[in-house]
Amino acid sequence: MTRLFRTVWHERGGKTGFILVMLVLLLALIGPWLAVNPNKIAVQDRFLPPSLTHLLGTDNLGRDLFSRVAFGTRSALIIACVVVALSMAGGICLGVVAGLSGKIVDRLVIAFCDIVSAFPIYILIFALVALYGSGLGKLIVVISLAFLPQFARVARSQALTLKHRPFIEAAQLMGLAQPLIVLRHIVPNIIGPMIVLASMNVPVVITIEAAMSFIGLGVQPPSTSLGTLIRDGYVYLDQSWWPIVGSGAVLAVATLGCTLLGEALRDAVDPKLRGRL
Amino acid sequence: MNQLFAYLWRRILAGALTVAGAIALLFLLIQFVPGDLASVIYGPRATPELRAALVARMGLDRPVPEQLWLFLSSAVRGDFGTDAVSGRDILQEITEVLPKTLTLAFAALGLSLLLGVPFGALAAMRPGSLADRVLGVFSVVLITTPSFVIAIFLLLVFSLALHWLPVAGAGAEGDLLDQLKHLILPTLALSLGWVGYLARLVRAALLEVLAEQHVRTLRAYGVPEWRILLIYAMRPAMIPVVAILGVALGDLIGSALFAEIIFARPGIGTLSYNAVASRNFAVVQATTVVIVLVYVTANISVDIISGILDPRFRRAVTQDKP
Repeated sequence: MTRLFRTVWHERGGKTGFILVMLVLLLALIGPWLAVNPNKIAVQDRFLPPSLTHLLGTDNLGRDLFSRVAFGTRSALIIACVVVALSMAGGICLGVVAGLSGKIVDRLVIAFCDIVSAFPIYILIFALVALYGSGLGKLIVVISLAFLPQFARVARSQALTLKHRPFIEAAQLMGLAQPLIVLRHIVPNIIGPMIVLASMNVPVVITIEAAMSFIGLGVQPPSTSLGTLIRDGYVYLDQSWWPIVGSGAVLAVATLGCTLLGEALRDAVDPKLRGRL
Repeated sequence: MNQLFAYLWRRILAGALTVAGAIALLFLLIQFVPGDLASVIYGPRATPELRAALVARMGLDRPVPEQLWLFLSSAVRGDFGTDAVSGRDILQEITEVLPKTLTLAFAALGLSLLLGVPFGALAAMRPGSLADRVLGVFSVVLITTPSFVIAIFLLLVFSLALHWLPVAGAGAEGDLLDQLKHLILPTLALSLGWVGYLARLVRAALLEVLAEQHVRTLRAYGVPEWRILLIYAMRPAMIPVVAILGVALGDLIGSALFAEIIFARPGIGTLSYNAVASRNFAVVQATTVVIVLVYVTANISVDIISGILDPRFRRAVTQDKP
């Protein structure tokens, strides 16, 4: 673990990514604690530029933008982690089953992945939201489903390479039950690339959640997310541009940091994955 | 030649199956929605007449497999029914706005190539140099910044602050210059991320080619470096670039949605978004099928071009995987 960290830290991109991610985490963890009430309305203070009392200024209702951005960052990170965890878990199940089962199941899983990937991701999310409605819980499930094929494909190809390795065959000959083999020998051996893929998908999910919240199909007020903040700023763009600058910059820093860290992690775990993930 | 035809045939067949599968998946997803189909498709606007028409058109009184067949065949024929909100033929609504979205997506794709490839080549020429490092940082920043954020900032700077370019719309009908002016900001917003991505891709591919034996031979023969780069190394380095173009186009059509909303441009994205917001699923479903069709077609075309450019690629598809 420390060796992994040292490799990541040694690379310039990894170091930058790590620092940026830590800053964003700090904002998400400590920000709400430091900040004033993000929902406190003070109409006389609307559209204030940044100052010591309001680090990022105020919005159209005079609410403190720094606290709102802090809460928005927190929900963005939580949503991204939940989505990635869900699609990773689902992808491992589907991929391992496909890799270890017979040809028919394998083909079916591949066909499912191909079909889901035939939809550009936003279009798939749109269709699902149109059918099942918007809202945070549904959005999380919908985005997880859209990311499932990626994880399933990688898990399947990893499981396929493991399938005929001597230690798996030995376990089978010893009469170990298939579920135990999967849990004890397959999953621990494929978890590395899966975590790398997961970490590389975190910024993508952050972007998608922000985009969906931006157009009003994600997190709903009074909850905040970076996307809803950018939406509020966009609506009042002709009156003040501070709301957009704060939330947009934090979103950009969060995705940049996560991407750099994810790439460094990928190179540190397995340089061969470069270009494949 | 035979091998090429076999490859084409396989690729097109697989594409058609994928589209059919995607339509079937949509059908399946509709089945899972609680409530009856007319309420799902028409939302609160489901009048008894619309219900009756839907039952007749989709054969809702018949068994599910037959319904699936009807759903598939009407989608293939482009028969998506009538828009319950506007009362117009849905296919006609789509064909009116699809060219606008495709223009935007292709303009963005073109610009990404036009900027991304030279930037990548520039970076690959002197790896580790200042130019390389600056381009590298820029690429990552461009790739990771969400395109809708870029769109808003472009709008803020070039339309609201500097008043150089128009804020909203797609330009007056028939006025090409006006349309072009309206195209600039959305195109930039969409393409910047791909400029960064392509620059990185081209750089990596070129560096790989430049490290090969035949390039060393060329250098030994005294062929000038620019000639090696542009004539001998660029062609093999373009293979991964071509291969990614299908995915790029799909992503651009998906992100075009946000550019269309921000710049208030008519297009398939705004059509689909308004339909989602008003729970007008008949239109969402039709736009989804059309976009999947465009996306799969783009991917097939790209695969075919890759197959022509690179025989190894052809073999990988025609031969059955072990």
